[in-house]
Amino acid sequence: MLQLDTVHTFETPEGVDLSLRVAGPLPRALAWVLDTLIRYTVLFVLSMVLLPLAELGVGTFLIMLFLMEWFYPVLFEVTRGTTPGKKAMGLAVVHDNGTPIGWPASLIRNLLRVIDFFPVLYGLGLLSMLINRQSKRLGDLAAGTLVVYAEAARRADTTIDAEARTLPVPLAVEEQRALLDFAERSSKLAPGRVEELAEIISTERGPAAVQTVLGYARWLGNGR
Amino acid sequence: MKQQQFIDQQRPLWDDFRRLADELDKPPRRRAQAELARLPELYRRLCADYALARHRHYSSGLVEELHDLVQRGHRLLYQRKSIWLWRMVAFVWSGFPNTLRRHSRAFWLATALFYGPALAMGLACYFDGDFIYTLLDPFEVASMEFMYDPANPLPGRSEDRASASDFAMFGYYIWNNIGIGFRTFASGMLAGVGTVFLLLFNGVAIGGVAGHLTQLGFSATFWTFVAGHSAFELTAICISGAAGLLLGKAILAPGRRSRGEALKWAALEAVTLVMGAALLLLGAAFIEAFWSSNGAVAPTVKYMVSAVLWTALILYLGFAGRGRDAT
Repeated sequence: MLQLDTVHTFETPEGVDLSLRVAGPLPRALAWVLDTLIRYTVLFVLSMVLLPLAELGVGTFLIMLFLMEWFYPVLFEVTRGTTPGKKAMGLAVVHDNGTPIGWPASLIRNLLRVIDFFPVLYGLGLLSMLINRQSKRLGDLAAGTLVVYAEAARRADTTIDAEARTLPVPLAVEEQRALLDFAERSSKLAPGRVEELAEIISTERGPAAVQTVLGYARWLGNGR
Repeated sequence: MKQQQFIDQQRPLWDDFRRLADELDKPPRRRAQAELARLPELYRRLCADYALARHRHYSSGLVEELHDLVQRGHRLLYQRKSIWLWRMVAFVWSGFPNTLRRHSRAFWLATALFYGPALAMGLACYFDGDFIYTLLDPFEVASMEFMYDPANPLPGRSEDRASASDFAMFGYYIWNNIGIGFRTFASGMLAGVGTVFLLLFNGVAIGGVAGHLTQLGFSATFWTFVAGHSAFELTAICISGAAGLLLGKAILAPGRRSRGEALKWAALEAVTLVMGAALLLLGAAFIEAFWSSNGAVAPTVKYMVSAVLWTALILYLGFAGRGRDAT
């Protein structure tokens, strides 16, 4: 089946299915650009401070260069779950099973970055991401990690502001669910659109139609 | 049960869980200890509610809210935190040498791929003074000859680095040599081809230089310079190579696992080897910067120290942590 959404579903040990929204190449590329900018800015400042200090400064700078080149993403991923660039793009790195990323996986995916970068500007990495259903670059394949959208905790508003009405006909489960979803989302839609949607199943027109459909939803959700 | 009844009945539990999760997001010192033990129980009940909400086809908003709560619990419950100092000690004492011994075939193969060409190229350059030019251009040869010329007051330093201090060279060796180790491992992802190439290439380069300089009669400066750090550096390159070969093997011959699973398993083993090799290279960088470059030490002392280091390394890699489960 062709899927438009990049949703990765996995089962937890408790037997429930959780889903993660996998990030594609573009937001990840932007995150990388941001991280690279941060990295080079820090290195530039360090070079201004350290290099004039002659001998000791040069050695320290080279060690910092080494650390920034290989361990900048690792440190942030392991301690924060995401790098500053990824965080700005709303992304986070997790294991395939949704658990927070640890040292081994983060080291693997970031050491293998040089191969993803090969031959120029993430050539192999992009190819791998385009082929793979979960947009994994080679480092992600070896480390068993996913780059996902870090979603803010959603809260449901289930209060329905209408008088309950009994349904004129019995509805299938999917149809009942559509009515509940309609009630939940009606506060986020433009009034005109809400009326338009309500008129599809109601014989009434305008705000009256909305009240009728919300009434059905309230009867389904609350019972009275 | 109607959706709203379900919500009214279970909402207190979800709020409890949310409060506990907020508590757990705080730094450890500011947490209320007694509460934490409730996490697994609350989480299991939350999972049951989430499964029920989905099964009964409650509204998307409700299912999403519960999904996000379960997700949060999943991340809290299944995170791994341990005392990093203890893990470092366990890694050095048993994890790394045990893993290396588990993959001794990959290690010996990498060693052969490195020392074989090194020996061949070394002999060729030793018996033919011009053979080195098949590998390096005249400028590189001149620079290398300058570095180890007995007349050079700072052996091992090229002309443009003559003024660099020991500490600056320490930084340079870390950046350059550990980087080479990491790249040798990573290029194993190209079905092992990259690793094999880097091992052969480094072997040929190092062997060629050694053979050429010996033939010129620069043994005194060259061999005394490299003797100290050779044990750690050469062995670490072979270990990085072994790690790369593990990746290559997982891709080419995954055995009874799927390619993806084999790769994940091999990478986990390989990263232990690479980190061990990085520590060895760190030691090598230290020795190379502060000991090898010290011209005041008598050659005999340098060779003795080298022998001690080789013996210690072989004993460590061969015997440390035997009988312990590598974890």
